[in-house]
Amino acid sequence: MSEMMMARDVYGDTLLELGRKNKDIVVLDADLSSSTRTAKFAKEFPDRFFNVGVAEQNLMGIAAGLASCKKIVFASTFAMFGIGRAWGQIRNTIAYNELNVKIVLTHAGVTVGPDGASHQALEDVALVNVIPNMVIMTPCDGPETREIILAAVRHDGPVYVRLGRSKVPTIDDKGKFQMGKAYILREGKDISIIACGIMVKQALDAAKILAAENKSARVVNMHTIKPIDKEMVIDCARKTNRIVICEEHMITGGLAAAVSEVLAEENPVRIERIGVKNRFGQSGSPAELMKEYHFTAEDIVKACRRLLAKTT
Amino acid sequence: MQIRELEKKARKIRRLIIQMLAKAGSGHPGGSLSSTDLVTCLYFAKLRHNPKNPEWPDRDRFHMSKGHCCPLWYAVLAESGYFKIDELWNLRKLGSILQGHPDWRTPGVTVASGSLGQGLSVAIGMALAGKLDKKDYRVYCLIGDGEIQEGQIWEAAMAASHYSCDNLCAILDYNCYQIDGKISEIMELEPLVDKWKAFGWHTIKIDGHNIRQILQAFDRAEKIKNKPSIIIARTTKGKGVSFMENVVDFHGRAPTPEEAKKALEELS
Repeated sequence: MSEMMMARDVYGDTLLELGRKNKDIVVLDADLSSSTRTAKFAKEFPDRFFNVGVAEQNLMGIAAGLASCKKIVFASTFAMFGIGRAWGQIRNTIAYNELNVKIVLTHAGVTVGPDGASHQALEDVALVNVIPNMVIMTPCDGPETREIILAAVRHDGPVYVRLGRSKVPTIDDKGKFQMGKAYILREGKDISIIACGIMVKQALDAAKILAAENKSARVVNMHTIKPIDKEMVIDCARKTNRIVICEEHMITGGLAAAVSEVLAEENPVRIERIGVKNRFGQSGSPAELMKEYHFTAEDIVKACRRLLAKTT
Repeated sequence: MQIRELEKKARKIRRLIIQMLAKAGSGHPGGSLSSTDLVTCLYFAKLRHNPKNPEWPDRDRFHMSKGHCCPLWYAVLAESGYFKIDELWNLRKLGSILQGHPDWRTPGVTVASGSLGQGLSVAIGMALAGKLDKKDYRVYCLIGDGEIQEGQIWEAAMAASHYSCDNLCAILDYNCYQIDGKISEIMELEPLVDKWKAFGWHTIKIDGHNIRQILQAFDRAEKIKNKPSIIIARTTKGKGVSFMENVVDFHGRAPTPEEAKKALEELS
């Protein structure tokens, strides 16, 4: 059994690591610092941490002002509130000015669990995807969270990093992380499964189940949703001719949309989408919600079987 | 610059505003003219800045949160030497460095604005960065009266005093009108001084067209320690052009060529 980690724990530790090395790192939170784990940074660097209270619009505005004075700013809260309540601030003030703000939001997706629909962001990627200058990344596990945070700092410009709430298993033998470059976790020739975030693990499990049925599935970790790795999408289309796209998000506007747009223009192939279909989340345990919203490896397997059964 | 010179400069700025808006055929004269004396005094008698080096790290910051009044900002920047006066005639044109609302394309503008309510937060960020870097620059932020109906302004108002941003000075252009009509009829703001005081700000109430009062207010604000200051400047919308004063229509309508001619005669 591989190690279980919370991406947000890794985020908190990585902020500390960065803060010790670079005094221009400044961190902001909106009264959720214990949950987002920015509290660790706050404890060691109280002068470079600002808790703005329950005020997400102000959070993004202050972050922008600090970044305009050459600070590398991290702004954190829950994904639902950071994107949902401050979209105009992200769009007009952070992204339009290309300010160096790293918007790292936690508690995305239904696996937030018992808090229910009001706290389960399923639209955030869609909302950021349409904003120019933004980069969107989401890690598949703990170690990749660190890679993504470091890559976000290396990139001079605004970035949205989407993190979940729950513990996720660490995936072995990952590819080398490079922003904007997806990697193949498992090679296969019959079908491709392109996944991001916690769905990468489910995709790998699905590929194993399919292997037992003599079907070989390629599994791709599309950790950078914007800009999407077009080459990888086209390669999957050409080599396997069928693609299942998996994300813990609405099936509209997110990873599936980005992949579909590339396919429609460059190399149309049959797809299936694993995601939330036009409904809100609800309370429950993460495992129950994974089943309820059809996010399990078995759901991916079914989608693959449906696609593979189609002859045209 | 002395008071008489500043008055002369403000008149020139008002002329430029009228000329550039008439040429552009759209834009916002009312609020540009009401805040002209405030911003002119700031740039020509107070602000520490270097037009030859717009991004000088030690400069005082000015952020125009009520971005629709950018004709005023552009005129002041051009007069200060940030770019050639001739650029003003490209306002709102395709490819221009002078966009319809303040923009990073313009030398002297650091952060774009235009969506109301966001700028005071940005100014707080600049003020906090100054404190972190132990720099002595000051941050000035022009906000509109209609603008402070935005909730984010009050989030920012709370934060600025919480963080003791004494290097921050907000300037409220209180001209009593917004696009749809009189502030008091659309959404009352009074008691305004009490509101800002309650949020922990030092308040300075002035006549926003009295150069002496404006200069004194900037100096007084600079001396206040441990809290942010706000200059609540009572102004007249469309100030300086008789047929634009307190006329709601001129909030967001450019003068016709005939109206511009008449306005320029009044401002000569």
